[in-house]
Amino acid sequence: MSITVSNISKSYKSVKALENIYFNVKEGELFGLIGPDGAGKTTLFRILTTLLIANEGSATVAGFDVVSDYKKIRNNVGYMPGKFSLYQDLTIEENLNFFATIFGTTIKENYELIKDIYVQIEPFKDRRAGKLSGGMKQKLALCCALIHKPKVLFLDEPTTGVDPVSRKEFWDMLKRLQQKGITILVSTPYMDEAALCDRVALIQDGKILQVDAPNAIVKHYSKQIYNISAHNMYLLINALKSYKYNHSVYPFGEFVHYTDQRADFNPENLKVYLESKKLSQIVIKNTEPTIEDTFMELAK
Amino acid sequence: MKRFIGFIKKEFYHIFRDRRSLFILFGMPIAQIMLFGFAITNEINNVDIAVLDHSKDATTEEIINKISASKYFSINQFIEKESDIDAIFKKGKVKAVLNFEKDFSKNLIKDHNATIQIVTDATDPNTANTISNYVNAILIQYQSVLNKDINITYQVVPETRMVYNPELKSVYMFVPGVMTIILMLVSAMMTSISITREKELGTMEILLVSPIKPIQVIVGKVFPYIFLSIINAIVIVILSIYIFKMPIQGSLILLALESVLFIITALALGILISTISETQQTAMMISLMGLMLPVILLSGFIFPISSMPLPLQLISNIIPAKWFNIIIKGIMLKGVGIQFLWKETLILIGMSVFFIALSVKKYKIRLE
Amino acid sequence: MSDNKVIQVEKLTKMFGNFTAVNAISFEVEKGEIFGFLGANGAGKTTAMKMLIGISNPTSGKANVAGFDVFTRAEDIKKNIGYMSQKFALYDDLTVKENITFFGGIYGLSRTKIKEKSAVLVEELGLEAVANKLVGALPLGWKQKLSFSVALLHNPKIVFLDEPTGGVDPITRRQFWEMIYKAANHGTTVFVTTHYMDEAEYCDRVSIMVNGKIEALGTPRKLKEQFKVDNMNDVFLKLARG
Repeated sequence: MSITVSNISKSYKSVKALENIYFNVKEGELFGLIGPDGAGKTTLFRILTTLLIANEGSATVAGFDVVSDYKKIRNNVGYMPGKFSLYQDLTIEENLNFFATIFGTTIKENYELIKDIYVQIEPFKDRRAGKLSGGMKQKLALCCALIHKPKVLFLDEPTTGVDPVSRKEFWDMLKRLQQKGITILVSTPYMDEAALCDRVALIQDGKILQVDAPNAIVKHYSKQIYNISAHNMYLLINALKSYKYNHSVYPFGEFVHYTDQRADFNPENLKVYLESKKLSQIVIKNTEPTIEDTFMELAK
Repeated sequence: MKRFIGFIKKEFYHIFRDRRSLFILFGMPIAQIMLFGFAITNEINNVDIAVLDHSKDATTEEIINKISASKYFSINQFIEKESDIDAIFKKGKVKAVLNFEKDFSKNLIKDHNATIQIVTDATDPNTANTISNYVNAILIQYQSVLNKDINITYQVVPETRMVYNPELKSVYMFVPGVMTIILMLVSAMMTSISITREKELGTMEILLVSPIKPIQVIVGKVFPYIFLSIINAIVIVILSIYIFKMPIQGSLILLALESVLFIITALALGILISTISETQQTAMMISLMGLMLPVILLSGFIFPISSMPLPLQLISNIIPAKWFNIIIKGIMLKGVGIQFLWKETLILIGMSVFFIALSVKKYKIRLE
Repeated sequence: MSDNKVIQVEKLTKMFGNFTAVNAISFEVEKGEIFGFLGANGAGKTTAMKMLIGISNPTSGKANVAGFDVFTRAEDIKKNIGYMSQKFALYDDLTVKENITFFGGIYGLSRTKIKEKSAVLVEELGLEAVANKLVGALPLGWKQKLSFSVALLHNPKIVFLDEPTGGVDPITRRQFWEMIYKAANHGTTVFVTTHYMDEAEYCDRVSIMVNGKIEALGTPRKLKEQFKVDNMNDVFLKLARG
């Protein structure tokens, strides 16, 4: 096991930030911590990177206890905090050089590991970090976190505030790093990124909702979901919400995801009901549950 | 060691790339010295005074001539009656009135005693005090000439001799004060800001989650500012020697060593401030309110400590600037050596050790 | 101009020196429409939006917002639009009611009107229990719903939303979109700028900006068909990679 977390709880004054958090991350796994802002992701990351001490429970990283062996952990992990913590007034190269030096290494020594990523920003190596785009900052921050060849990599919301192209590239990079044997724990508020991880923990309000592989998580979803659309979204939502058999009604892009309480539900009956509510162009189709559906069902 | 050098290199990048701070860092000492040296001064020059002469005889005329001949005063006008004094002060231009009693010469010859009243506008007590001292000085001088002539020497004439700063040049008083302020400000405020900036940026998190030791971070932060503060001290001393012709009586080496000691005390305070503040703004507020004001008000730089109320006198003892101010005045103005300053030096060393110990103890290896 | 077009933009351009931040963009938005204005960071979205809300002068082109020309009637535009951004929305150190009163005051609502509206608003959002609490103490999702309501306080013709739902939990996010649908259904035009592509799926129509130009414009469904992909994220990836 590369990371073990058992029954971790943490409170700030009266606010419970984390409650009985548990999960294990296997060696070489790409593990996702999925949850909205304020779910407790950053607090958990800080406990695992030895920056905070939990009130209860225990955790190990790379075989070391996060409290008693904190110094050993600090030598063996790479950490990329939420805000791409870089020195804005230093250039790309100076930032990287600095982090290499404080970890007692050089860019040359571990160039192989960061090469894929660094070549993309190398043309701008004399530009100051403060003047980079979100995507470039993200790549630089990743290089800085990797420069000492860590065994475990902690990435706290690396894709927040970054455009889709950079996000896609970033996940491709993570996959390649994983192949080099690095264990990666990544947090994200984007449900669609869960599918890119080997396993995920869904977290909300400081509690774990579920831990499993993404495709296993959606299999737990027991109800049939229907994609429904009509000529007017607002009226459709209102009509479905006032339908007495509804189990859940969630807008989902151009559709509404609907589930029914009854086992013998017949979409035709619903269509008749919606027509009685003066809706037109009604389409009702079966659809597969997504991580987001599962998340909402569990958080309900 | 490589880590440490890498860290220091980074700190110098920060300093030299922040043009505005750099300008303040080096512009401020020069501006302050100039300001205190030229603009704010205790000396008086061509102060307007009025005369109310009830005798109008030869002696009063002579005294009036003597006073108006000095570069300190110029006779603005003559008034006729006591009630005019108030009116003339209210206009604001005249700062003092010389009031000669009736039959001044006669009384002087007959009783060997005549009275001049010096009425000063004490809305500015410092100036008022200086004016009356200067007039007294002129009168005493006149008296001694007079006494020689008429050969009566029994009178005891009090004489105040200004030592160490015989010309009473206020710039001599301000240079040590300004040096104290600048060193305090640069060292304490700049270090505390530079450490809290890392907290704000989030880079402190990465530094903590790295093998670099807390002591390396602290010393790495402090080192560049020791260097910059020393440059500042040198600039101030050079300015005071060459622009204000201020003689440095004591040993320059001792002055340098004591300055480094004070810089270290201030840096230790800066680190302490950074351990208790989370943002650059808080660090700056604490440095300004908690350090600058006491340094200016309680170090004896502007207000003499001996004339403060007792509680303030006691408080002034915990202000490092007070001790440095004594040391630096001792070296610059009196030219004394370590044998007279060892006590103050020891106090500063003690304070530094205390602050450093406290900040190392308070420095968090974690975020809370 | 027809009554139904609340935003009309024709060849709108903004230059900064030699750099063309917004390059001759043209589009129209109808009354009650939810219009997504997408693009990567630095694509020119923010610059374009600043011109539309009257705080930046275009270099050339034409634009009419809420019936007013952006060149000559910027002040009138400001009175007729609402604005909400994820970064700045409400004052954390004021209570819910104080925030409502303050923003109502800015838009010149009378005191009785503000009282009336804030009572309705607090009730609709279910904020009775926290009406006198500081906004800073509220969960993120509540804050966002509240700030959207505040942006609608003066019944603007158009409301501009800048990345409104980033990081919010999925349920609250849907409640937020339901509020948007409601506002649109009542005739308020909703203009959403974002680089979160899943937010784009909720819009009636979207435009995608790349390097200062609008490279795609249409309903999410049409764009997905056009680029032969099944979500807006892939539409964006295809566009941005050329």
